[in-house]
Order: sequence, then structure tokens, then C-alpha cells
Amino acid sequence: MSGQAFISIRQVEKYFGKFQAIDDVSIEIGHGEFFSLLGASGCGKTTLLRMLAGFEATSGGEIFIDGQPMSDVPPHMRPVNMVFQNYAIFPHLNVRDNIAYGLRKHRLARARRHEMVEEMLELIKLPGFGDRKANELSGGQRQRIALARALILKPKVLLLDEPLGALDKQLREQMQLELRALQRTVGITFVFVTHDQEEALTLSDRIAVMSRGRVLQLDTPTGLYETPRNREVASFIGTMNFFDAKVSGTGAAGIELEAAGLGRIRAPLRDGGPGSAPDSGPAPGARVQVAIRPEKLELSATPPGGGAASVEGRVETAAYLGERSHFFVRLDGLDHLVAVSAQNREGVPIGTDRTGPVWLSWNPASVVVLPDA
Amino acid sequence: MSSDSYIKRKNRPLQVYAVIFLIVLYVPVLFLPLFSFNDSLYVRFPLKGFTWQWYGELFEREPVWSALMNSIKIGAAVSVLSTAMGVFAAKAITRYRIPGRGPLVGFIMLPLVVPLIIFGVALLVLLSQLGVPLSLYTVALGHMIICLPFAVATLIPRFEGFDKSIEEASADLGENAWWTFWRVTLPMVLPGVIASLMLTFTVSFDEFILAFFLSGTQPTLPMYIWGQLRFPQEFPSILALASMIIAMSFIVVFIGMWINRGASFGAVKGDET
Repeated sequence: MSGQAFISIRQVEKYFGKFQAIDDVSIEIGHGEFFSLLGASGCGKTTLLRMLAGFEATSGGEIFIDGQPMSDVPPHMRPVNMVFQNYAIFPHLNVRDNIAYGLRKHRLARARRHEMVEEMLELIKLPGFGDRKANELSGGQRQRIALARALILKPKVLLLDEPLGALDKQLREQMQLELRALQRTVGITFVFVTHDQEEALTLSDRIAVMSRGRVLQLDTPTGLYETPRNREVASFIGTMNFFDAKVSGTGAAGIELEAAGLGRIRAPLRDGGPGSAPDSGPAPGARVQVAIRPEKLELSATPPGGGAASVEGRVETAAYLGERSHFFVRLDGLDHLVAVSAQNREGVPIGTDRTGPVWLSWNPASVVVLPDA
Repeated sequence: MSSDSYIKRKNRPLQVYAVIFLIVLYVPVLFLPLFSFNDSLYVRFPLKGFTWQWYGELFEREPVWSALMNSIKIGAAVSVLSTAMGVFAAKAITRYRIPGRGPLVGFIMLPLVVPLIIFGVALLVLLSQLGVPLSLYTVALGHMIICLPFAVATLIPRFEGFDKSIEEASADLGENAWWTFWRVTLPMVLPGVIASLMLTFTVSFDEFILAFFLSGTQPTLPMYIWGQLRFPQEFPSILALASMIIAMSFIVVFIGMWINRGASFGAVKGDET
């Protein structure tokens, strides 16, 4: 990746007074990539985006875009355009003048400019909207105008600051698909800021999960979900069951652990992540966290045969959600409940009002071992 | 439902109080137009009869016209200058992190509460020390001091009322600070600018104390009125003149406030979904 990095964020820091908003962040983003910055509010993702746009200066480190250092380049000279969180549509201009705003310097003939605006309106599926006033637009339309206004300038990078946050759920899901299709059509690099993990997983090629100004993990959506590297990422992305555990041995077959509530279990040995040497696994006796996703646990009314990894418990509460059901299971020796998510493909696997014993089973390959937090 | 809720319920004594308050505030002023149409030299009841005579006399008097022109010239120059300075001050105050912003705004607003006679005397001393002859220019200079706070107070809510991300969007789309100001900032605050022009014009037009200290041989309209009070036979014409000034001031300020209604319209529209 480093050889062809299009945006290169190197050891960037940002202080607001004494508060450190960005703490030594380094990220390489490739050409044409859909890259997301994901985190809760206040994690520094928007600050980082505003630094790419040039609205905030870096306190340390350097940002390169297309090989050029950006420190001394003001916002209006940068090869990036931004879609603002509230869209920042110019309220005193109509749709056509909003979209054509950035074309003043291009000194185009009136007819040519008109043509370009019509093309953009076509692209964002709002043909014939040119004469509408800014205050006659719905949220979804404003979002598209903001996109068109940026894309008409053919930027090398498009920055998007929670552009779907203000839309209702249905419109948001529709716009996610359109945004992804649009990114493939225009082929430019998108840097997308969101606090919505589902949105980030749906849209992105790669995601940087941020917290307290640092990058916790930078990975593909699958990588983040299946092999989170620490407890914070694991609990931020989706739902995760955690178990205190102690390593009893490491071998070629994987890691042997003694986990609270689960007993003796086995977990696969994984790489430490890109860039690090293959992990030889935690030392015997080390305290770790074992994590299993709710949908990787299987619930049955009878003990599973064939020596599969399993444990006995009791359903404490359950919720029927239509396509799936959620169960919360009490295990001996564990002070919190274990969440199980079961698809209702052939009916509810067990009654949601069941009072008798149940068995949880899982594939050892889906067990994730995390450092103790 | 809402009309008898706890907050919105009616309170008869307070309503009566409010009406009495407005009467006490404005009835004295209403005596001016009332007596300006009275067919008598003396301001006393009972009224004699209706006449346009006093208004007619005004139009035949050359000094009234020249005083009016003096006031208009000063008012026009002062309103344009103080509004232009107000735009820059309001932008600086609302957009940049200025050390000592609070005291700075306080100093701009101070002339509203300091007795004008103090500014009048101070400016007179300063100008005579510098050897500057008193003229319409010196009156305009004095009026700048009292008009700037009005301009700034009118414009600050306009600047605060629209989201700074709209200016950032302009920069992001390739426009530098100069073009952003002309293409985005100024159009957005335009209603405030018009309101400020009208308000500062009326403030300058009506001002007497500074004009009294700082004018040379050419009087402004309020000074002319003051000068004519010595002549009892002129008094009804002065009432007619004062009535017209009140009517014009009211209309100008009302139009200004109407244009500037909803100072936060930019923000409201920006957040609309």
C-alpha cells in the first residue's frame, strides 16, 4: 500500500489548547479507495477530515495528497472537496448556482457551464431541479446537491462528513447504495466520516476505527468484524460476548484456554495483524479475553453430539425479532448473560419461554482471543 | 388548549398595565401632530379647527430646505460609513478568535450609555486644538461615534445567525477569503446591512447634541428646530416639521426591521431537513 498511497497521513497530531484531539495518527489511503473513519463522537474523526480539507492546521506531522505536502496549502487550493454534515447549501442561490459555484475560476462559456450542471443533475438523479430554490429541497435532495457541487470540480479526493446522518433510516439505506455506486462510477477516492458502524461496514473498502484521537485498528470490514484486535474495537463493531480467560497452553493446533463460564476451550492462532510478525500466541498463564459473536453461538435443547465445543445454560430472557431471535443465556460461573442470535430459518430453534436447560455450541475457529483490557 | 396552559394563560391586570404603559409612552408624542393641524398659534385646548397652513408655510421657507439637505447629506454619509465599518467589525467579532473580545464589544457599545454632551465637549476641544474648522464634516465625525454601535448591534446577530460551514464550503469550492465575502457572506447578511443603513440614517438625522457642539455655520434640521423655538409665531410650523420627522423615522425604522425580520434565517434554513 505504501508505494501507491494517494493520501498519506504521517504522524499527525492536533492540539486544541491543551486538549489533544489527534494523537500520532498515520494512515495511507489508496487511489480510488472508499475509506471510512469510524468512531464515537469526540474521537477525532471529524478533526482529521477537517485537517485533510485544510480547515484545521496540523500541530505535528504532515499530510500528503498525491505526493504533495499540504501544510502550506490553504483550503481553496487543495485538490479535495467536501460534503458537509449539514450540507452547507448556499441558501441565497438556486440549485444551478449552488452546483456551479466552484466553476467561476474555470471561465467557461455560459452554455458549457449550463451543460455541466445538467450533467451533474442527471448523475444525482435530480434532472430539471436547476431553478429550485435552496429552501424548497428535502434533506435527501440537499445531500445530493452538496455531492454534485463537489463532484463537478472533479476533485482527486471527496471528503464526506457524516453526510447521511440527517436522513431518516429508509432514505439513508437508499443513499448508501447510491453513494457506493456513485463512487465506483466516478472512481475518485472517498474519505467518509461516520459514527454508524453498520454504514461503515456496508460502504467501505477499509475502515480506521478511532477513539480518543488514536487509530485503534485499520482493516477491511470483514477483518474488523471477524478478527478485532482489542476489546474496544470488538465491542464498538457489532455485539460481542466477552469471557475472562487464562491461557493454559499454546500449540500448533491453537491456543488452549480456561474461560469463565465456558470451561476448557480452544481458539485458533492468528497473525498479530498486517506488518507484525506471525504471533506465537500469548504465554501460558496470561490473562486474556475470549470473544464470540452472538450469531456464532448455536442454541439447542439437547446436548450436541460429536464432541463439539459446548456448554450448558439456561435462557433468562428472549426476544422474537421476526427474521431472527435474540436469547440471553445464564451460564454457571459467569456474572453476565451471554447473547445468542439465531436465524429463524426453520422456525424458532427453541421456545422463547423455555425454562429447561439449553446447550450452547460453537466452532473453535470463531473464537477470538484479545488482550486483557 | 394552549391558550389556557400555565405559561400562556391570560393575566388581565398585566394586560391593562401594558396598555397604560404604551399610552403614557406615546400620547405626548401624539400631541405634536394633533396641534400641528390646529388652526391657532397657541398650543392649548380646545382645538380651534383643521388647517394645512403650518405645513404649507414650511415648504416656502428656504432655511428649512437647506437644513434638511444638510441632515440628509450627513445621514447618508454616516449611514454608509458606519454600516461598512459595522460589517467588518461584526465579521471580526463573530468569526475570529480575538483576545479581549468582550471588552472590545463593550467599547464599541459604550457611546450608547455615555452622555453625548461628554463626547461633544471632548471632540470640540480636540478639533479646536487640531485647528480643524467646524463644518458638516465634523458633525458627521461625531455621528459616526453614535451610529457605529447601532450598526454593530444590528449586524452581529446576522453574522451569528448563519452557519460558518457555509463560508467553509465556499473556501472548499475554491474561493479565497475575498471572493467568499462577496459571493457568500455579504449576500447572507444583506438584510442586516439594509436595516443598519436605515437605522443609522435615522439616528444621525435625529441627533441634536453632537450637531450642536460640532456644526459650523450650516445647521442640521434638529438644530434649525431648536433655533426656531425662540419665535412663538413659528411654533406651529415646528410642530408640523416635528410631526413629519416622527412619521418618517417610524416608517424608515419599521421598514428596516421588517427587512431584517428573523435575523437567524440562514441558520434555520441550513438546518432544515
